[in-house]
Amino acid sequence: MDLFVSFILNGIGNGAIYASVALALVLIFRTTGLLNLAQGEMALFSTYFAWWLTSSFGMSIFLAIPVTIVASMAGGAAIERTLIRPVYGPGKSQLNVLIVMLGMFLALNALAQLLFSDQAEPMPKPWPTNSSAGDPTGSSQIVEVLGQRISWATIALAIALVVECVVLYVLFQRTKLGLKLRAVANNTESARLVGINSSAMLMLGWALSAGLGAFAGTLAASARGSVNPGLMAIILVYAFSAAALGGFDSPVGAVVGGMVVAIAEALTIGYVDALSGIELVVPFGIILLVLLVRPQGLFGRREVERV
Amino acid sequence: MTRTRLRILVGILVAAAALYAPYYFQAPTNADLSMAIYFAIAAMGLNLLTGFNGQISIGHGAFFGVGAFTSAILVDSYGWSYELTLPVAALLAAGLGVLVGIPALRVRGLYLALVTLGLAVLFPRVALKYVDGTGGTALVRPDRDSFDSLLTFLANDQWEYVECLVVAVVLFVLAWNLSRSRIGRAMVAVRDQELAASTVGIHLARVKVGTFALSAAYAGIAGGLSVMVDKAADATDPTLAFRNSIEFLVAVVIGGTATILGPAVGALILVFLRTRTDGLIEGKEILSPAIFGAALIAVVFVLPDGVVGGLRRLTDRLLPARAGEEANLAGATAMRGDAVAGSDDAVDDPDPPGAPPGPPPTKENP
Repeated sequence: MDLFVSFILNGIGNGAIYASVALALVLIFRTTGLLNLAQGEMALFSTYFAWWLTSSFGMSIFLAIPVTIVASMAGGAAIERTLIRPVYGPGKSQLNVLIVMLGMFLALNALAQLLFSDQAEPMPKPWPTNSSAGDPTGSSQIVEVLGQRISWATIALAIALVVECVVLYVLFQRTKLGLKLRAVANNTESARLVGINSSAMLMLGWALSAGLGAFAGTLAASARGSVNPGLMAIILVYAFSAAALGGFDSPVGAVVGGMVVAIAEALTIGYVDALSGIELVVPFGIILLVLLVRPQGLFGRREVERV
Repeated sequence: MTRTRLRILVGILVAAAALYAPYYFQAPTNADLSMAIYFAIAAMGLNLLTGFNGQISIGHGAFFGVGAFTSAILVDSYGWSYELTLPVAALLAAGLGVLVGIPALRVRGLYLALVTLGLAVLFPRVALKYVDGTGGTALVRPDRDSFDSLLTFLANDQWEYVECLVVAVVLFVLAWNLSRSRIGRAMVAVRDQELAASTVGIHLARVKVGTFALSAAYAGIAGGLSVMVDKAADATDPTLAFRNSIEFLVAVVIGGTATILGPAVGALILVFLRTRTDGLIEGKEILSPAIFGAALIAVVFVLPDGVVGGLRRLTDRLLPARAGEEANLAGATAMRGDAVAGSDDAVDDPDPPGAPPGPPPTKENP
């Protein structure tokens, strides 16, 4: 039983990471209707940037994260404006925008390695650690709650996820800006007609998503101890399956989906020996199952198409 | 000179060059050419699915891999003669294609890309777990003698080139005929307006799953051919299937989507770009994916209809169609505009000016 609970706890830590990246995907999908395949590599680039800030300038990780988020937001907006907008829109081929995203996928990964480092680099942890021989940035401290040993990493990741959710909720539901964003997501043409600067909103959508991805990527690297060039590609697959499970247009779905996928993964690793080494079957199976049973996802809305 | 004559002339020149090439070049170049040919076959398969039927896949590396391992294992462990393994590779890949095609009925566009992406990521891990070949795990290296030339007057590399070429010609003619047939029109109709297509009596599920299977079979055959050219079926690199998938798609888009020659042109450009730039920058191997990614983006910006589409526009400019043809073409354009699915001439070739062959218009913004 203890083992079972510890598997679940492991799952929650990972789930917070998947959910954050899934939230970033949902953000872009809601505002622009795009599934951003390059999301993972954008986050990877940001994560390496954060590592570079801490290692080259000796910046504290607590300062590096906000700096990275701001820089990533600018980068995300720039990408939308220069690379995505010319090839994406009503009446334009989805294939071209897909190719552009794949190009970004390859180029950003390579650029991160060129500019910063092509090695696995230690990422400082923004939570309490003990010094440890195996990990240059220290191992996460453990707290005992009700007889269960919980790593600070799990707690911090969960807190980060809650903070993200609250910020997004307030932004989207309680501010004028959020109202505009939602209006553009809902119906771009009508939003434009009532005087909303919809292209600025699209850029803002990408900026938010890039910032969120950067946050998630940095924390993921901290939790795993290091940032390496393959870090985000696998996380992206899990995040996609989380978003598919929850519904691509539903932020609540992204969070629930991330947790479900991560816990399912943790339990598979723990209990199903036949799948050891190919745990990736789990998110893939979840995606297929969801598509077969409920294509719009658990919390998504069904689209209606007019001819 | 009219367009028809120009086409015939170019056709004869290309055919002659293709037949003479293996005698002209040395073995390494022949291997590159063979590689370009099997790439072209896989890209053609993807083009049928993505270009003509509008289902985007970035998982064709997995079908390619299935074909490669089928061929390699049959030759290596069961002693089959190589040529017989190709149909089996095609069948197995097609079977997997059906399995993926059925859930794919539920999704479209970028969602589908996502499902197939999972396939590409998953495949090497499965191979790593279950395939235990002569070269190690997830690597099967059949004996070199298994691929010896059956004709005495051809060296092995020439034989490989010719065999690839023959298979490719058969498959390209098949694709060409298919694209002009009833089924091909149905595929395009499904791409352009799914609901309208179904109201005129097209069986959506059958067309889409069938196209998926056919497309997977093409990739499977390409995989089988790759074993002959590369002398190995390899899944040791977990990103290989994904990279292949991307490169097939790139070949299609560079060449020109929903054209018959596009995939071949795209594959040729891609393979030679890659083999010629690989060793170019010493010590900075990582620069090559950076350039590759940037080049991809650049192509989409500069040549949105691919090389073949660009050439068509060029010939339209240089050799304007005559009055009679013009009227015909105008009619076709109008039809195309209405997108009356499955009607006479709503489809692709000879392409009307101003209506470049292109991937599907975005249907809706969800």
